Amino acid sequence: MYFAGIDIGSRTIELVILDGEEIVLTRQADAGVDPISRARAILRDVDYDQIIATGYGRHLFESSFDAPTVTEIRAHATGACALFPGVHTILDIGGQDSKAIAVNDAGRVTKFEMNDRCAAGTGKFLEIMANTLGYRLDEFGLGALEAKKDIRISNMCTVFAESEVTSLLARGEDRQDIALALHWSVVRKTIGMLRRVSVREPIVFVGGVALNPCLHLLLEKALEKDIIVPEDPQIVGAYGAALLAKKTAISASTIL
Amino acid sequence: MTGYRDMWQALGLDLGAHSALLEALGKGYQDIYLSQRNRPQGMSYFDFVMKEVHGLRIRELLDEKKAGHKIIGSFCVFVPEEIVRAVDSTLVGLCTGAEFATEEVEELLPRNTCPLIKSAFGFKLGKACPYIEASDMIVGENTCDGKKKSYEVLRDLVRKMYIMDIPQVKSDGGRALLKAEYLRFKETMEQFTGISIDADRLRKGIEIVNNKRKALHRLSGLRRANPVPISGLDALLINQVYFYDDPKRFTDSVNGICDELETRIERGEGVFPRSTPRVLLTGCPMAIPNWKIPHIIETAGAVIVGEESCVGERGVRNLTDGSGETVEELMEAIVERYFKVDCAIFTPNPDRLEHILEMYEAYRADGVIHYCLQFCQPYLMESMPVERALEDRGIPTLRIETDYSLEDIGQLKTRIEAFLELIL
Repeated sequence: MYFAGIDIGSRTIELVILDGEEIVLTRQADAGVDPISRARAILRDVDYDQIIATGYGRHLFESSFDAPTVTEIRAHATGACALFPGVHTILDIGGQDSKAIAVNDAGRVTKFEMNDRCAAGTGKFLEIMANTLGYRLDEFGLGALEAKKDIRISNMCTVFAESEVTSLLARGEDRQDIALALHWSVVRKTIGMLRRVSVREPIVFVGGVALNPCLHLLLEKALEKDIIVPEDPQIVGAYGAALLAKKTAISASTIL
Repeated sequence: MTGYRDMWQALGLDLGAHSALLEALGKGYQDIYLSQRNRPQGMSYFDFVMKEVHGLRIRELLDEKKAGHKIIGSFCVFVPEEIVRAVDSTLVGLCTGAEFATEEVEELLPRNTCPLIKSAFGFKLGKACPYIEASDMIVGENTCDGKKKSYEVLRDLVRKMYIMDIPQVKSDGGRALLKAEYLRFKETMEQFTGISIDADRLRKGIEIVNNKRKALHRLSGLRRANPVPISGLDALLINQVYFYDDPKRFTDSVNGICDELETRIERGEGVFPRSTPRVLLTGCPMAIPNWKIPHIIETAGAVIVGEESCVGERGVRNLTDGSGETVEELMEAIVERYFKVDCAIFTPNPDRLEHILEMYEAYRADGVIHYCLQFCQPYLMESMPVERALEDRGIPTLRIETDYSLEDIGQLKTRIEAFLELIL
């Protein structure tokens, strides 16, 4: 039997198909402005017996596809626990959300924190700042790692931080030094959120922002702990949703 | 409601803005309330009250005024309704539950003021609250800093403003202050109406208000049942209407719905299935039409079984002892009763945590959602120690801070759904 998990985020959509336990297909697409059409496209010619949706767009998917949903929090926890049994803390930073999740020994979520309506400290913040400094998003972290000097950026608000960056550039600061300062500001905010939940090891970092090597390094430095980043940190939510789809299908068949 | 146009005009309302407000309110009510399933039949009375909240009820208040009675507006459960009733006057809660005329408000108040205070000003400045316009006197109370300082500004915008001081510490000195303030309020009301309060009048006032509270106690008791016979949204609405409706009619209507709920419980009927997770709400008051969080909770698959809030059990938990013989004894009983209210303006405020725990047990809740209005310092400050204390006892707790806007609905849904996944 095939089980599907689809994670409809603000920036990207991920699909994972399981054949039993094994991942047989992963796909990714930009969410764009019409995520449901994108989801439909990504699902074209894919076979599955049960699907579960998660992510910001899960309710849209639910009404268009009549499929059950789970929150990103449960999906990421399930995915991360399956990839790294025994994990206690999960950090997920995506396009517009950041989440810290504590998991007990049985793999159950015991507590979580999420950013509020503001996109400070999320992928969106990094994207806008990369743009302001003329970096491609995938070079931004590497660029920051070349910094020579410590500067402090005090504003967490995307709008204010952007004008702070502009005035730092006008003062003649190097862009890699500003880039590092921006990464530190995200790390400080993230650490606060993690400490309110848990920093118990093992810690797994997932979501699109986990691809940023500078952020990974700074988080480890600030926490003085190892942080695991999975090979493909963006599919963990969809993978968790697929595992939950499997569980749903199996419990439904036992009832029958 | 076009039949009330002249009345609203005479009250000085901005008819255009007011009709836009009523339209939004009607739509919100349709989407949030009338779309619920398995509602008790007795809710039709409260649907009617809501439909007429700016219509028939205002006409009734204006008729009372014509007959020589006074309408007293208030923003807080510390204003003793017993005393208002004792001089044949009516106490009404003023509109504070929606964003209105925000730009105008921010010319008078800082942007980072709590939405409840901003809303009160918005309804006044936008000329959209018939209650504030119909009030002969508005009683402000020195509770939180936001309210007490904003009353200094409100004073110039309304006909007659009276400020009541409220203690912040539950000490002998605090109690003496509350007593002095209630005696001063009693004298003010006597002068304002020309009615002198004797023991009979005060006892009668106590009885009317106690009966309202007793009806709500009966209602909350019935919410202990599983399945729950009434939604949290409907129960909240009843608690909100408490501040507007004629007290006797309100009491009868609540008792009527309780009769119906008892039959439901006997038959094992509920609004949601037996397995529905049960949530206790605690925190800031929710004024009409602030139904945002309860709506998200109950459409996410949970049911609210109690509100530890001023619009809820904190406001009505205690009765006033009406057995005293003299005015002095009865006034003492009123002070005794209100001094127990465990508002977060008190420091320290250990009773509130005790009550949350008590309600959690009594209503057989599975988790607690702590609700705070943005910039509400007293409840925000308390929310973290309350969360820690509940979690230390193994009670799942979710802390939410929000305002009256709808921008954060997506994130709130995710957080609330994830919380329900956690307690299931």
